[in-house]
Amino acid sequence: MLDKALKGSRGYWGWLFFLTGVMGAGFLAYLYQFQNGLGVTGLSRDVSWGLYIGQFTFLVGVAASAVMLVIPYYLHDYKKFGKIVILGEFLAISAVTMCILFIFVDMGQPMRIMNVVLHPTLNSVMFWDSVVLSGYLFLNLVIGWVTLESDSKGIKPPQWIKPFIYLSVPWAVSIHTVTAFLYAGIPGRHFWLSAIMAARFLASAFAGGPALLIILALLVRKLTKFDPGKEAIQTLGKIVTYAMFANVFFLGLEFFTAFYSGIPAHQHAFQYLYAGLDGHNKLVPLMWTSSILAVVALFLLIFPSFRKKEGVLAFACVSLFISLWIDKGFGLIIGGFVPNMFERVTEYWPTIPETIITLAVWAAGFFILTVLYKIAVTVREETAGIEIEH
Amino acid sequence: MSMNRREFIKLAGISTLVGVGGVSVFNKLQNNALEASEFTAGPEALNAKQWAMVIDMSKFKTPEDYKRCMDACHSTHNVPDFNNPKDEIKWIWPETFEHAFPGQEHKYMNEETKEKSFLLLCNHCANPACVRVCPTKATFKRKDGVVMQDMHRCIGCRFCMAACPFGARSFNYRSPRGKDANGQPLIKEENTAYPTRMIGVVEKCTFCTERLAVGKLPKCVEVADEFSKGALVFGDLADANSEVRKIINTKYTIRRKPELGTEPSVFYVIGGNDYAIVPELL
Repeated sequence: MLDKALKGSRGYWGWLFFLTGVMGAGFLAYLYQFQNGLGVTGLSRDVSWGLYIGQFTFLVGVAASAVMLVIPYYLHDYKKFGKIVILGEFLAISAVTMCILFIFVDMGQPMRIMNVVLHPTLNSVMFWDSVVLSGYLFLNLVIGWVTLESDSKGIKPPQWIKPFIYLSVPWAVSIHTVTAFLYAGIPGRHFWLSAIMAARFLASAFAGGPALLIILALLVRKLTKFDPGKEAIQTLGKIVTYAMFANVFFLGLEFFTAFYSGIPAHQHAFQYLYAGLDGHNKLVPLMWTSSILAVVALFLLIFPSFRKKEGVLAFACVSLFISLWIDKGFGLIIGGFVPNMFERVTEYWPTIPETIITLAVWAAGFFILTVLYKIAVTVREETAGIEIEH
Repeated sequence: MSMNRREFIKLAGISTLVGVGGVSVFNKLQNNALEASEFTAGPEALNAKQWAMVIDMSKFKTPEDYKRCMDACHSTHNVPDFNNPKDEIKWIWPETFEHAFPGQEHKYMNEETKEKSFLLLCNHCANPACVRVCPTKATFKRKDGVVMQDMHRCIGCRFCMAACPFGARSFNYRSPRGKDANGQPLIKEENTAYPTRMIGVVEKCTFCTERLAVGKLPKCVEVADEFSKGALVFGDLADANSEVRKIINTKYTIRRKPELGTEPSVFYVIGGNDYAIVPELL
């Protein structure tokens, strides 16, 4: 089926060419980082994880969100998701690939990456994260490919794929739970040491991922002859709304515990992020942007009359996605490191090489996504009107 | 032979992968080569179940005292000076009370205690969070309680830096073997008896395992004895007759963040006045 990615419009090739350019710039920036060390980033002794790990965390959520299509379609026989489910699975493949790349560019000794396999360490959450992420990548590759290939031939997918599909449901939950455990099991970082961390991660994932998927589905419909379905997009809109409410509610719970208990150490990170601490307030405008965008998105999503207008829905989804990206892809990680273990404030801001590398990883993800969607869309265009039961 | 070229390459590839991978994993497990590498102990080596340190703050009088311990450690272990807090690497350093023991300070505390510098270093915890999180066993707990680091196995993920509640770990953001902007080497005078590190790995205090292996006390302890006998006392926490245990038995000692359950092995005697000592224990 890969051949379908080789025939495309000028726009398709132009877009891929553009992404390749960004990846090229990122590759050069990475060579610079590889040569000179992570000192070329904004990371420091006090804030030792930053933009890279933030993106990784955020994208694990995007990957996990495919389950929001798989559950209704395969477990509840919700037929309307029949055409869109492949878009979710392929989005997961691209997101997990970006996760792996972000981990790679964050490593001090990337050439030793296989040490994680060579010296498997069962007590390390990071070891388990690598296991569940590679497993999830494998599951989505197999499921996406096999079901799409059957579609292209106009036959039902083989029976043996069913167990893989069912397995992908708890597996999706596991990738984000284990990722949350990277943070939630660390003593002394009060901002992260929260039992609700995994639940928060899942809620924000199930809001942010489907929001991105709605944007992508609307784009696909605009740019190609393939229509993922109006009703499917509306259902996704409802999923986004509920998940975002859960996410904001969970964040509220964190605020309550920190501030009603009155324990200073539990409040510091929130103070730093939303009000500034000891005169340091670099992240305050960003965090408030995130909060305002979240309120705007929720306001537009909560009323069906707004949500049903696709233009409004798209706007709400973009706001929500940016809001969650700031909150989880940036604030959540930096907040864990500020103040540091000595209750001193060291601020962090990404450098230019770090930003270029980050953009390049996103470009790589979009490259994979574009190629996969091209294949899926071409198959769908060829088999338009024929519905195959999975 | 009914195998085409494509099938042959496929088969050859798979068997190579399975063969090479399988054999190497099997060999590793058999030789028990999964233990990370470290200094080998000689016949005169000092042994313990859990090495520990007691730091008597009353015996540190001037900033010079702290500096001597720091400089001795850092020059012995080729700790580079990047001259900026962002890339800083430190194994032992001074920190004021309110930052060394956050949450313990209060607004009525006397200025002397509040401003007093405490000597900080890796706590060599009995239940270390850094060891728990390391994905490659590059940081590990030795039989003598020292939390050790294998520089050749570390992948530089910095999970241990996130996990350590004591900020004891530093990362080589830049190559410590390089030169600064003025062309001066970052390691002022290299001690050829101790390895330098490479870029992209984490490091910290090792309780001088290289010295323990040849029957010597840690460098900072040796230097502290020169200006004030007993300022730093080193010994086995598991041995009831050890010097550290005797001090812990008789004086009121505190540890950093004991509530986190990592069981730090570095104890502080604040001392300096009678109130800091619990009379019943004398």
